Amino acid sequence: MEILLAIMTGILYAAGIYLILRRSLVKLIIGIVILGNGVNLLIFLMGGLVKGRPPLIQEDSNALVGLYADPVPQALILTAIVISFGLQSFAIVLIKRAYKVLKTDDIDTMNKTDDIT
Amino acid sequence: MSEHLTIYPIIVHLLTAILLLLSWMNPKIQRYISIIGSVLGIIIGGLLFNKVWTEGIQSVQLGNWDAPFGISMVADTLAVSLIVLTNIVALAVSIYSTKNMVSSRLKFGYYAIFHFLIMGLSGAFITGDLFSLYVWFEVIIISSFVLLTIGGRAIQIEGAVKYFTLNMLSSIIFLTAIAMVYGTTGSLNMAELSRIIPEIENKGLIQTISLIFFIGFGVKSGVFPLYFWLPASYHTPPAAVSALFAGLLTKVGIYAMIRVFTLLFPLGELNQMILMIVAGFTIFFGGIGALVQKDLQRVFSYLIICHIGFMVGGLSLFTQVAIVGAVMYMFHDIIVKATLFMISGVMYRIFGNTKLEKMGGLMDSHPRLSFLFAIPMFALVGVPPLSGFWPKVSLFTASYTQGEMFMLIMFIFASLITLVIIAKVWNNTFSKNKLPAERRKGFKYFDEFSFSEKAAYIVPILLLVGFTLYYSFFAEHFQLVAERIGEELMNTEHYYNAVFGIKEGTKL
Repeated sequence: MEILLAIMTGILYAAGIYLILRRSLVKLIIGIVILGNGVNLLIFLMGGLVKGRPPLIQEDSNALVGLYADPVPQALILTAIVISFGLQSFAIVLIKRAYKVLKTDDIDTMNKTDDIT
Repeated sequence: MSEHLTIYPIIVHLLTAILLLLSWMNPKIQRYISIIGSVLGIIIGGLLFNKVWTEGIQSVQLGNWDAPFGISMVADTLAVSLIVLTNIVALAVSIYSTKNMVSSRLKFGYYAIFHFLIMGLSGAFITGDLFSLYVWFEVIIISSFVLLTIGGRAIQIEGAVKYFTLNMLSSIIFLTAIAMVYGTTGSLNMAELSRIIPEIENKGLIQTISLIFFIGFGVKSGVFPLYFWLPASYHTPPAAVSALFAGLLTKVGIYAMIRVFTLLFPLGELNQMILMIVAGFTIFFGGIGALVQKDLQRVFSYLIICHIGFMVGGLSLFTQVAIVGAVMYMFHDIIVKATLFMISGVMYRIFGNTKLEKMGGLMDSHPRLSFLFAIPMFALVGVPPLSGFWPKVSLFTASYTQGEMFMLIMFIFASLITLVIIAKVWNNTFSKNKLPAERRKGFKYFDEFSFSEKAAYIVPILLLVGFTLYYSFFAEHFQLVAERIGEELMNTEHYYNAVFGIKEGTKL
């Protein structure tokens, strides 16, 4: 399972970076979304995978015993997902606006801010 | 109450921002609330600084979860100094914005977002947890996106696309590094990590993680070859926003870099070399870039990059003297860069644009303003006794005594090229005879301003120039603070003891 997830993370990173390098604005955003998902998967993987052992303290004891799933990465992923959700919705509005005012979605033609004038 | 003083710099701006949201449609009240909030920020920052200075590093465990389980907020001397400076710049920008930002922009919540940005900066400075640092970074970038795009001119949107993409990417890289740190150590508390990381056997992995952090922070601070978003976006928003960004946003990247590379991953030989080369190239390309630009704000944008090299270079030398130099340079740079962009805003109002070739004759038409503007420009070059000179003493000494001739040459090159650039700016704006330019219709020139409008533009510049002069003539105060910061950064046990509440045997 770890190997599968590791390969999956790699594919998501590769796909995300590939899409960011494309010339279209929409593909750029999709690339960032995919990269963000890749990171979340990486955090999940880094916490270690434990099957069927939720981090719940049994009624008759007052500490976690034995092997249990690490709850911290899940909290981290949740935070990261919420943040990236907010940023992505901003990004989508931004590219819509950019398409409207710049009348192009080709990143190569967006060089007005870099001109030496 | 006072034991929670550490988190008040965050809370004061949060409350200000909420108040501003409540007075959404009333720009007049917003201006006053924002200025009062910033003044309170300075007072609280000063109190916290005083407390840290007299009692040592302060820490608060949020939610009363003991370190390393909860999120620690740690105010060491570096963090509080930066908070004080942040609040000073915030006050200046919030006065400047009263007239620089038109009411329609204020109605879109400019001031509220502005205070959220300052809150994010304060949070990033005092957090003692890596993931929380990431969250504060996100608070900063989402606020800065809004500030950058508010107004929605085509050029702003275009700059924002570039700014957005690269900052988003850097956050993702930063988060990747955090995931790897958590995977290898099982902790995110920076104080605890400072003990765990040296004990990890797999040095190659640690090296890799440290460089991923460097790339993440490098994009944010604008080092070579990751800086291209900066000159593409910093000249697009109104001068008030540019001043805020120029003063503070790149510096928070540098702050994170200093924190991570002193506390978590003390620089080894390889990393030192990488940082040194990057710093050298940053200085070189920033300087050359500034030289060819023909627009005042773009020249200043490239100068930001050029001078980032000083701080990264100081860090890369990794001795106490060099860190003192880097930190002192950061103090000077925050104030001066913000001032320069405010000046560019005034010049835009005087000349109707910011193109160097269309300016001129400022010395004849506005002699007193010219004198005021000359001070930060000379400070930037580092003319003794102005503020840019003092950090360079430490930086040059450190690079010379360590025999790092490459760094020394690059530092000297940076000083010289800054001189050339400022001389060029000077020739074009102050002394050159003004060409008879047609006046733009429907554009309010500086000379047509009422007294209060002029004051709103000039008072914040006076405030920051006053601070620059204070830095210049009482540099020993800053030197003392920076030396204590250097001592705290190089000896990580102070930080560790403060977080875990261990009493120190010897006081600092």
